[in-house]
Amino acid sequence: MILKRLIATAALATMLCGTAIAGELTVVSFGGAYGAAQKEHMLDPWVKATGNKILSEDYSGGIAEIKAQVEANNVQWDVVDIEVIDLERACSEGLLEVIPHSILKPGDDGVAAKDDFVPAALANECGVGNIVWTVLYAYNSEKIGAVAPTSIADFFDTSKIAGKRAMRKRPQVNLEWALIADGVEPAKVYELLATEAGQKRAFAKLDTIKADIVWFDSWSQAPQLLNDGGAAMAQSANGRIFAAIQDDKKPFKMVWDAHLYDLDVWAVVKGSKNKDLAFDFIASATSTIPLSGMPDVAYGPTRKSSTALVDPAVVPNLPTSHLDEGLKADGIFWADYGESLGEKFNEWLLK
Amino acid sequence: MKKQKFPAYYSIWHKLGHYGLQYSANLVLAFLILPILVIIPLSFNVEPYFTFTEGMVTFDPDAYSLRWYEGMINDPNWRLAIKNSLIIGVFATLIATILGTMAAVGLSSKNMPYKRLVMALLLSPMIVPLIIIAAGMFFFYAKFGLAGNYAGLIIAHAVLGIPFVIITVTATLTSFDRSLYFAGLSMGASPLKSFFDIVVPMIRPGVISGAMFAFVTSFDEVVVVLFLAGPGQRTIPRQMFSGLREQINPTILAVATVLIAIAVMFLITLELLRRRSDRLRGLDEHA
Amino acid sequence: MLCSHCYISNISLKIKIMSDIQSNERIRSKVILLSKKEANFAKKEIRRSKMTAFFMVTPLLVFLLFAFVAPIGTMLHRGFYSPVVASLIPDTLDKLNQWSGEGIPNDDVLTSLAIDFKRLANERQSGKIAAALNRNMPGASSVVKSTARKMRRVDDAELKANGAELLLNAHEKWSNTKIWFALRKAGETYSDTHYLKALDLERNSLGELQVREASQIYIQLYSKTLKLALYITLACLIIGYPLAFYLANAPAKTANLLMIFVLLPFWTSLLVRTTSWIALLQTNGVVNSFLMSIGVTSSPLEMLYTEFSTIIAMTHILLPFMILPLYSVMKGIDPSYFRAALSMGARPISAFLKVYLPNTLPGLSAGALLVFIISVGYYITPALVGGTDGQMISNIIAFHMQQSNNWGLAAALGTLLLLLILSLYWLYDRFVGASNIKLG
Repeated sequence: MILKRLIATAALATMLCGTAIAGELTVVSFGGAYGAAQKEHMLDPWVKATGNKILSEDYSGGIAEIKAQVEANNVQWDVVDIEVIDLERACSEGLLEVIPHSILKPGDDGVAAKDDFVPAALANECGVGNIVWTVLYAYNSEKIGAVAPTSIADFFDTSKIAGKRAMRKRPQVNLEWALIADGVEPAKVYELLATEAGQKRAFAKLDTIKADIVWFDSWSQAPQLLNDGGAAMAQSANGRIFAAIQDDKKPFKMVWDAHLYDLDVWAVVKGSKNKDLAFDFIASATSTIPLSGMPDVAYGPTRKSSTALVDPAVVPNLPTSHLDEGLKADGIFWADYGESLGEKFNEWLLK
Repeated sequence: MKKQKFPAYYSIWHKLGHYGLQYSANLVLAFLILPILVIIPLSFNVEPYFTFTEGMVTFDPDAYSLRWYEGMINDPNWRLAIKNSLIIGVFATLIATILGTMAAVGLSSKNMPYKRLVMALLLSPMIVPLIIIAAGMFFFYAKFGLAGNYAGLIIAHAVLGIPFVIITVTATLTSFDRSLYFAGLSMGASPLKSFFDIVVPMIRPGVISGAMFAFVTSFDEVVVVLFLAGPGQRTIPRQMFSGLREQINPTILAVATVLIAIAVMFLITLELLRRRSDRLRGLDEHA
Repeated sequence: MLCSHCYISNISLKIKIMSDIQSNERIRSKVILLSKKEANFAKKEIRRSKMTAFFMVTPLLVFLLFAFVAPIGTMLHRGFYSPVVASLIPDTLDKLNQWSGEGIPNDDVLTSLAIDFKRLANERQSGKIAAALNRNMPGASSVVKSTARKMRRVDDAELKANGAELLLNAHEKWSNTKIWFALRKAGETYSDTHYLKALDLERNSLGELQVREASQIYIQLYSKTLKLALYITLACLIIGYPLAFYLANAPAKTANLLMIFVLLPFWTSLLVRTTSWIALLQTNGVVNSFLMSIGVTSSPLEMLYTEFSTIIAMTHILLPFMILPLYSVMKGIDPSYFRAALSMGARPISAFLKVYLPNTLPGLSAGALLVFIISVGYYITPALVGGTDGQMISNIIAFHMQQSNNWGLAAALGTLLLLLILSLYWLYDRFVGASNIKLG
């Protein structure tokens, strides 16, 4: 009797104190339509093939949560989908594991991984490129009124088009847009933003619409805000708008002017207890077939062998078809200036 | 003879005041209850919005559906959250109730040294802002391997539930006539027997209602969970919090409706307990 | 066996009498009635009962010390203690501490720092120094990061020979004395920087206190938090008082029934109640659709994510904490006093102010203090419905914990909040008694 109780207590104690069971991987990404596509093409096939479990979690980007986990010695996440804008910084601060490129699988056409990936996808040692995506803005064509916006300057011009502007609450993209809207040539944006004068100019431009900005934290809020009239124009990841147009038949229109394109990569949090499992997942998720499913949400795959499999009807909606209208987000700039500008941005918000 | 509604000395102003009071009291009651009730029909909305559709107002049966309830039951994240909330709630309640009841009995002794100070300390988890508790635990618990697992959350939630157990048990003990206990002793019962046969039945309603408060505290807590829990320990409030922050979806309303039903059940149980306790202590108001 | 038991029980009864009368001088003389043996035994018994009481409380005290007091204590410590920079570049700091503070430090220091930067960049630790330095000197993070990136590419021999020059060329800010003061400051293992910052203060290069130059936000935030808490408390008072009065004077049956309206919200999950307010107040939510359908407004009003939504949602959430203590005090007031005053011709208002209100003060102060204390430290509701305007101090602490990862500042802000709450709690304990908190 006593023995039985002891065993039961011990079993209970292990259950309560034990962390994730072996073979359980925590994968963190952005949720919404993008998360659903990743689940369908990357997460579920890996679970099915290996028998391991995945706990998926949504986050809204940034490095803060990763940093808190690593620095407090309390790593809960294994694999994260991270924007290149944050990747460089996270990697240079020692928050991510280095991923050996030897784990990557060759393309289905037999081409070696290093030749099959676009060079940008393997440019950072801490991440493996997953998709090419972009930040642009969109409006609801049923609610916009007589004049429809066509340029980034229109986004900042409240006298031309009235109404709220929805923007993600962070300095990234917003400061670049402010300078371009203020007449700075896209190629000079980062150079100028590195100077105090350039930063002042960007914040001054943001000041002109501050009262009309609706801030959101997560990309999934952007289509919601357009839908329920919370904003006249909303900054968004292009895939979210595409999915709303395609799947929910929403009357949204995208404006490609000065879109800020970037890669999303898979990375492994430093100190992850399931490092090998995490590498195995990344190798599987970035092979030809899973990547070729990403255009479901209008994100371009980072492998040439996957691009060959993309439905030609989707191609005009991929960011890669609009590169000349856009600007490449500069991960190195944000690695150096992310902290300073983040603080300035937050103080500006509270003012 | 018809009973007069107002005493004779009441002027028109008194009467106006009376009706004014009644109306304002009703308004406040509506303010208290309507926001909660409004959620219930919305959770049956067929559309993915937090608002009444035309069909709902005209009671078109097609405008209503159970899809968000199905969504809640079929979503593995919600299922995990429900399981976690129950596990953490039950164990935290056990710890809080055992330690809290013992301490309350000790505290109610006239001979307890530093009574006021100890009482203030034991009740302080209720007063210290959760964000401070959570931030402190975030650093401290991680050092002892108590972050990102059930054990840490159970301990943390036990801390938060303890003041409620102390308050309710102390309340039953203050009106408890200690001489009954001593009578038991004088009649030859051992202190332990006397305690279990006399004191325990008297404080039982207080213990149970304290346990219920502790459980509800854990069941409703999100700040500490946000800081301490790993992805495997997401709880119902944690799911609601991130849902409200990121992706507003009527599944949350379905969950909310279930939680309202639970609250009603707790309210009824507590009322029955209170009546029983009053009866035991001879305070029956109907007597 | 049995007999000794009887004896003990007998003594117990006497002890009970004794402890009952301990404070009563007049009866204390009766203690003499006990024999010397009995008195000694009684003393022992009291000590024993003291010990028993204490041992009953001990497990909980130990538990709370570990699980509650120690965590908060270590967090407070973190507000002063920041060992990161000191542990990363100890040699450079040693040299820097000899710097007079005039002009820029000598080449020795500069070279040492340049070498440190290369090492740190390779170890991926430069971000930690960048973050720490940036807190003392906004904008310095990018200087450190870009310099470390440049130093990483230089080979060791070159760095040893020309480190100082390379550093100065890497960024113009290295020629500015300010950054060196900031570095020296960041290198202190124990410092009051975070606490000063939490009070919008800083030390200038001479070590004198001054108002922070960069921006002053925290004092303003504290006063805003207190302002919101005050509004919420007043709102609870104004709408809670008449209802409590009404309930206390209604017939028992009605009162019991209506009490459900107060207790159900009290027992309903906080997140459920916050969700309700989101559903009610959002752009195309219930309130806006209603207002538009009856023609009060043609376009939806902006109510959610404002200071207003924080106040109204929190008033709703905290109202039971005001009503319950008021109700229990009012219940104990004999209505005949008030009626007597009225029947003797007093105006209702003056009868109320002179007779009724003073009697309800205990409940009123208990409710108001409780509501105020809870709302000052509130996090969830402002986080969900407050937008940028409706944020309170707790939200900023959470921001520094989770977003900016400035844990030292979060700890310092938390300490100030804790001091504020504890002094309110002290007031509460003094005037109301902590153990008089009423539930349900």
